[in-house]
Amino acid sequence: MNKQVSAPREKVIFEHSRPGRTATAQFPAAADGVDDLPKHLLRGEAPRLPEVSELQAVRHFTRLSQLNFSIDTHFYPLGSCTMKYNPKACNSFAMLPEFLSRHPLAPESHGQGFLACMFELQEMLKEVTGMQGVSLTPMAGAQGELAGVAMIMAYHKARNDLARNEIIVPEAAHGTNPATATMCGCRLREIPCGPDGDVDVDALRAAVGPNTAGIMLTNPSTLGVFERKIVEVARVVHEAGGLLYYDGANLNAILGKVRPGDMGFDVIHMNLHKTFSTPHGGGGPGSGAVGVGKRLLPFMPVPVVGRDGESYRWVTEKELPQSIGRLSGFMGNAGVLLRAYVYMRMLGREGMQRVAEYAALNANYMMARLKKAGFDPAYPDRRASHEFILTLKRQAKEQGVTAMDFAKRLLDYGFHAPTTYFPLLVPECLLIEPTETESLEELDGFIDAMIAILEEARSEPETVRTAPHTLPVRRLDDVRAAKQLDLTWKESA
Amino acid sequence: MPFNPHTESDVRAMLDAIGVRSIDQLFEEIPASLRVKSLAGVPEALNEMDVGRIMHERAERDGRPLNFIGAGAYEHHIPAAVWAITTRGEFYSAYTPYQAEASQGTLQMIYEWQTMMAALTGMEVSNASLYDGASGLAEACLMAVRANRKSKSSRILLPKTVDPTCRKVVRSIAGMQGFTFDELPYDAESGVTRMDSLARYEGQDITAIVVQQPNFFGSLEEVDELTQWARSRGALVIAMVNPTSLALLKPPGQWGQRGVDIVCGEAQPLGVPLSSGGPYVGFMTTRMEHVRQMPGRIVGRTVDMDGKPGFTLTLQAREQHIRRGKATSNICTNQGLLMTAATIYLTLLGPEGLGRVARASHARTRQLVDVLCRIPGVRRRFTQPFFHEAALALDRSVAGVLKELTARNIIGGLDLSGDYPELGETLLVCATETKTPADIETYARALREVVTAARAA
Amino acid sequence: MSNVPADLKYTKSHEWVRSLPNGNVEVGITDHAQHALGDLVFVEVPEKGRKMSAREACAVVESVKAASDVYAPIAGEVLEGNAALGTTPELINSEPYAGGWMMRLKPSNPKEVAGLMDAAAYSRFLESEA
Repeated sequence: MNKQVSAPREKVIFEHSRPGRTATAQFPAAADGVDDLPKHLLRGEAPRLPEVSELQAVRHFTRLSQLNFSIDTHFYPLGSCTMKYNPKACNSFAMLPEFLSRHPLAPESHGQGFLACMFELQEMLKEVTGMQGVSLTPMAGAQGELAGVAMIMAYHKARNDLARNEIIVPEAAHGTNPATATMCGCRLREIPCGPDGDVDVDALRAAVGPNTAGIMLTNPSTLGVFERKIVEVARVVHEAGGLLYYDGANLNAILGKVRPGDMGFDVIHMNLHKTFSTPHGGGGPGSGAVGVGKRLLPFMPVPVVGRDGESYRWVTEKELPQSIGRLSGFMGNAGVLLRAYVYMRMLGREGMQRVAEYAALNANYMMARLKKAGFDPAYPDRRASHEFILTLKRQAKEQGVTAMDFAKRLLDYGFHAPTTYFPLLVPECLLIEPTETESLEELDGFIDAMIAILEEARSEPETVRTAPHTLPVRRLDDVRAAKQLDLTWKESA
Repeated sequence: MPFNPHTESDVRAMLDAIGVRSIDQLFEEIPASLRVKSLAGVPEALNEMDVGRIMHERAERDGRPLNFIGAGAYEHHIPAAVWAITTRGEFYSAYTPYQAEASQGTLQMIYEWQTMMAALTGMEVSNASLYDGASGLAEACLMAVRANRKSKSSRILLPKTVDPTCRKVVRSIAGMQGFTFDELPYDAESGVTRMDSLARYEGQDITAIVVQQPNFFGSLEEVDELTQWARSRGALVIAMVNPTSLALLKPPGQWGQRGVDIVCGEAQPLGVPLSSGGPYVGFMTTRMEHVRQMPGRIVGRTVDMDGKPGFTLTLQAREQHIRRGKATSNICTNQGLLMTAATIYLTLLGPEGLGRVARASHARTRQLVDVLCRIPGVRRRFTQPFFHEAALALDRSVAGVLKELTARNIIGGLDLSGDYPELGETLLVCATETKTPADIETYARALREVVTAARAA
Repeated sequence: MSNVPADLKYTKSHEWVRSLPNGNVEVGITDHAQHALGDLVFVEVPEKGRKMSAREACAVVESVKAASDVYAPIAGEVLEGNAALGTTPELINSEPYAGGWMMRLKPSNPKEVAGLMDAAAYSRFLESEA
């Protein structure tokens, strides 16, 4: 019988600290003091930062990285997150020394190469989304959303239509929608979905009126299905004087197949870190570029890149006086945008049109096989878009094994779990999005693991309920984490 | 199609399993009238080599001029280990650590970052980072309104010495919820906020005051006085600071008698390249009493079911809750990758290394200012001490001078006349530890040439 | 099946009200509410002296899953908030109707209490929501 030795946990970097230990290769030559500065503005004690050697630092952070699941190491079917391969070329080219060293306020004459990439990115994004203008400045999806709703409000204000302060959202909306509405000084109005996942158009007709500023939709919806009545929805909202905002979280499902601009949307935000494969980085940086139709062109957040003949320049508040303003200190996440640019050049016209095809193929394949294996899709009679939802309501009831338990047990099988408990409308749900970059074997491996866990749920449910068993830590006590707040390392600990 | 692994036989097998004849059938729910005909506006695909050619060409075109601008983004040496580790796939391609057991690397990294930023700023707790310094300031203003229960005015004092773009961003992000932003004037001689300008707010309900240190001009504000003023009038203090400077300058946790309430700023100087303005990383720290009002993610240490220590995202329920009512924030993410780089940077430098970078940067700026001020027509604009950035008054068009310098491959500084027309011809210059005495001499020589040529003309 | 004591009054937002002998009332959240929230990690009660109108958000309960506002069931003035909840929020989970009381109010209009749901009505309400 093997006597397993539990590997020692990775200490917090401060625990490796020893006074006077330094990585001197990183020190600039000693410089004079700051005797010209008023003493009362100077620090008394040096800040408590770690004191370690360079090797200690490298070893510590390298070992930390090995505790993570990532796309590079694991299949990561997180619904709504589009965890596709992040091409290494995107990183290398975005990090060419000349791009890295350029100051944001350097003159345009010393940035034509960079600006050319930005301009072409704007143009390509316009083309794939069917919009008239693109601003690359919002730094994340939530900022893109803020920009979108703010532009809609600015549009109505500019026309002196001040009664319009209601934004309509479907019940299944993403958590940031209500907050965004409030930030923009408007109220939310929820409408229900039909049993098949489409927006209830009758409820929509009843909800629109002179107070309607707009509607926020994502298509395919957060329920993983295509909004079949979108043309009608657009007409109803436009006729009532409102505008349509598209949440681009699920753009991967329709890229190259249908364009939000053609569906009637007036403004969209894209998640470049989802659809256009920029890195998730353990929680950012993202990029929430926005696209607009003609009506909202004057309101775009600045700066935007313009072109005069062969040269490129920044378009600022001077040329767009009605802009909703600036959302970042400079021009947004430039390095992320360079990565998206490289990705789009490598996919090209044909590649862009096939992303959705393979994303849908993978999702529908998984749904079909999992259904056959005894799992319950939330919308069994609908095609999956690029993702689909399973409900484990039955398993929770019959075996007392929840969606959370399944998710944790999947980690033991070497797969990152799908998204759990979103959308809130579907009980005990798993939202599964394979993306187009995954192979058939990888999908089959995941499906086989799900089948194995289903069997475990029947024969040894305790194993599933207490998973994971093979990771660096077991299931964590998050009640204790919230009650006994330990948010910074302390010496005595 | 690149990055797509499916062979023809894979596709056939999958279509069979689904029960359709073609991939096209999977899109039959989309009305035919909406289907895209072609994406003619997107160029044809290029392989990696050909994209590389374009990118190299464009990078070469931009070149690497000698840079003397700061103004919120600072050029520092970034140790090779920082990005070698940060671009490891396990950090680069990981998602937000929602499945804590599978993300202990990222979570522990965030815990270490939180510890370092709290220590650097002299505060009790930090979040996992924000998008950037400017939006971070907007978030700090929203937080101050939430946290200052006694104040009902939602009125915030914003000195003009605070970075002008940050002020614009605050209005764009926080300006739609009925707040008032009052701009405080600065003294034209010293270049810092005028204490007497606060007199008109005596007896009024002020929710918070923002103090940037060093301020946008590089000048050092009287932070203790400003903090005390605010405290004694029930206003919260938001400090916006440069993290490198905190190796030497008094941290906001020690301003005044009891320190400030919220600290924010741009952590780009800590191992993040200039990269034309992003991605950068904002930081935010505060006192424990305000932790539930702080936006963004927070990591806490706890134990697992075997009693082993581990890390997890915590206080997440408050994210929905602090979105209620006025001063709502919709922030969802952080800047994980950049926070990773900054954490590794701070670890490699340690307190002594960071102190040296700060000292060297200050010394170089002093040297730059001294050398340039020996040129006729160039003098310091302000009298107050500066830290690693300074404003110079010129007796000729700054725009013209900068153009000439650019032609000599020198980015000479930032023309302040756009945002501060009242200053006339004023140039903001910055030198960090990356500039050698020879670089400074190059700048001085070029400026002297420009100035002399203009005189002769 | 959640516990719904017969001698209390209830609101649709899951607060309970107990009439005290001296005319004041005691307020908390119901067993159904504490169960839905899960283990509570943080509770904020209103300060003494605060005057509230009926249905005004006056307190916060936070679990790992969710944070919720608690609403004043009737108009009144806060006499006391349960200080024990600062250190032991889980009292609301273990004793929602006893040790987990949240605040004591002096009603502005004592008749308002009679207008609240009784135990039977609240139980029916819970069933209709399920």
